[in-house]
Amino acid sequence: MARDLSVQIGSLSLKNPIIAASGCFGYGLEYAGSLDIGALGGVASKGLFLNAREGHAPPRIVETPSGMLNAIGLQGIGVHRYISEKLPELRRLGVTNIVNVCGTTIDEYCEVSRALTDAEGVHAIELNISCPNIKEGGIQFGCIQESTYAVVSAVRKATTLPLIPKLTPNVTDVASFARQCEDAGADGVSLVNTFLAMAIDIETRRPKLTNGMGGLSGPAIRPIAVRMVYECAQAVKIPIIGMGGITCAEDVIEFIIAGAAAVQVGTANFVDPFVWNKLIDGLTSYMERHDIARITDLTNTMTKGK
Amino acid sequence: MAIDVLAEILTNRALSADYNVVEFAAPDLARLAEPGQFVMVKTSLGNDPLLRRPFSIFEILRDATGQPRGVSILNKRVGVGTNLIYSTKPGDRLNVLGPLGQPWPRQTADEHWMVAGGVGLAPFVTLAETLAKTNARMRLFYGGRSASDLYYASLFETLGATLVLTTEDGSQGEKGRVTAPLERALSARGTTNVTLYTCGPTPMMRAVATLGAAHHCQTFVSLEQVMGCGMGGCYSCVVQVNDHATPHFVRSCIEGPVFDASRIIWDALVH
Ligand SMILES: Cc1cc2nc3c(=O)[nH]c(=O)nc-3n(C[C@H](O)[C@H](O)[C@H](O)COP(=O)(O)O)c2cc1C
Repeated sequence: MARDLSVQIGSLSLKNPIIAASGCFGYGLEYAGSLDIGALGGVASKGLFLNAREGHAPPRIVETPSGMLNAIGLQGIGVHRYISEKLPELRRLGVTNIVNVCGTTIDEYCEVSRALTDAEGVHAIELNISCPNIKEGGIQFGCIQESTYAVVSAVRKATTLPLIPKLTPNVTDVASFARQCEDAGADGVSLVNTFLAMAIDIETRRPKLTNGMGGLSGPAIRPIAVRMVYECAQAVKIPIIGMGGITCAEDVIEFIIAGAAAVQVGTANFVDPFVWNKLIDGLTSYMERHDIARITDLTNTMTKGK
Repeated sequence: MAIDVLAEILTNRALSADYNVVEFAAPDLARLAEPGQFVMVKTSLGNDPLLRRPFSIFEILRDATGQPRGVSILNKRVGVGTNLIYSTKPGDRLNVLGPLGQPWPRQTADEHWMVAGGVGLAPFVTLAETLAKTNARMRLFYGGRSASDLYYASLFETLGATLVLTTEDGSQGEKGRVTAPLERALSARGTTNVTLYTCGPTPMMRAVATLGAAHHCQTFVSLEQVMGCGMGGCYSCVVQVNDHATPHFVRSCIEGPVFDASRIIWDALVH
């Protein structure tokens, strides 16, 4: 029996639940020469502001146990160049484009979102209110509940595209932020972005990243991310896109059981850019083994109690 | 196009307590490879260390009929990943992703001078082989701390390159930095049109770039930045270049690792 891997998030249709995570897959086209990026459930673009940004001085990453810190600083080409230089080719390749939208003010979030709404070939907006690596904007909207509500409801009015705020794990009660997003009209939420973290060179006593701090990603964060997805799934009805440390199909399944409708894969793509088929194949064989017809039947099915 | 191969290690030759050459069976990857490109090697099968390590393709290995059968890398122990590479055994398998990055550009100069420091020799074997096919005139300026840092010089000689060796302790070749004989040779070259290629420690590459500019020689550098993915996904391996009105960061994995040296803003380069 064919297994149905398709997922719906608001009006966003995904052919399968495996999405390339923002900032970990360039603009997608970098990989088009080596794999069929149109076959992915979706591609979340590198975070985009209205204008181009240079990002932080290197070193921008450092490896840590089962993970890595990054402080890229959202280097990017800006939304207009994305629309003119990247979207046409992405469209031609049949990519489901989830554009990661950044801003330093609510107005900027709205303006970027409007530009994307007018463009052809954008399938959803992932509202980045959770980047730990920039001073203004980003995370300040993700760490105060009122600000989260304000920015999500403002962007909601600015776009008809499916709207998926991306939450930071650097808060005490992530579910309350998911609830703010739901109340403000979001079609779903995605989580987690990276955990604010630090690594120090003990010889020089300097931070290993030029920026000082960075965001922790990779397998090291997975159990915390699973817990957070689970908490959000208990708190909201809108679909959840889960991520954080996924490297294999078993990890994908764990997130889905915890409450995710779909997942994103970031750091693991650095390690294995051909991970995608392995994830899909593993997911399909799990569904066969457990006689699950539709992947949506697996979401939020953790057995509680004995 | 890049492919990922779970490649068997054919040989692991220790050159010293720190340097070794590992040969991988990877015919499909080797067929695609061009001089100056690199591979990303996963040094463990698990999550630690998590990320791959970039290595220049040192040699394209061929069978008796000349068909590509694999690639080798020149490794220097500097950390966890390179230590693991140092201690691999024939028969072990590691994931090798490649070929990646921009190759050395083809140049039509009268002479081609390669300037290497230590493990920076790695991207030059494939370049020398390509140049040798066209009977191009080439020199290798090769510097190390001591004689035990200079490997494979005879291979370049076999390919027809003139060798200029230097060591900081004087144990082989001229005592001092490799840029000293380079500068003399540039001054003495007359009207000969020379292209420079360099790879090694950043101060050395910078000095070569400065000499190249002063002597009006086209100069290419192969940079070795910390890389996350090697495919343009992560934006971690950026270097600052000056070819627009304002300096900007470009990804060395896909725009490089080979750059026209005149583009590089050396003050911004980490090392
Ligand atoms: C190098 C790097 C760059 C990232 N850039 C972005 C970004 O631009 N926007 C964003 O929302 N998340 C960004 N992230 C966070 C990832 O999308 C993801 O939320 C996080 O890495 C956890 O997933 P993982 O463990 O699978 O990597 C970045 C992560 C990394 C490692």
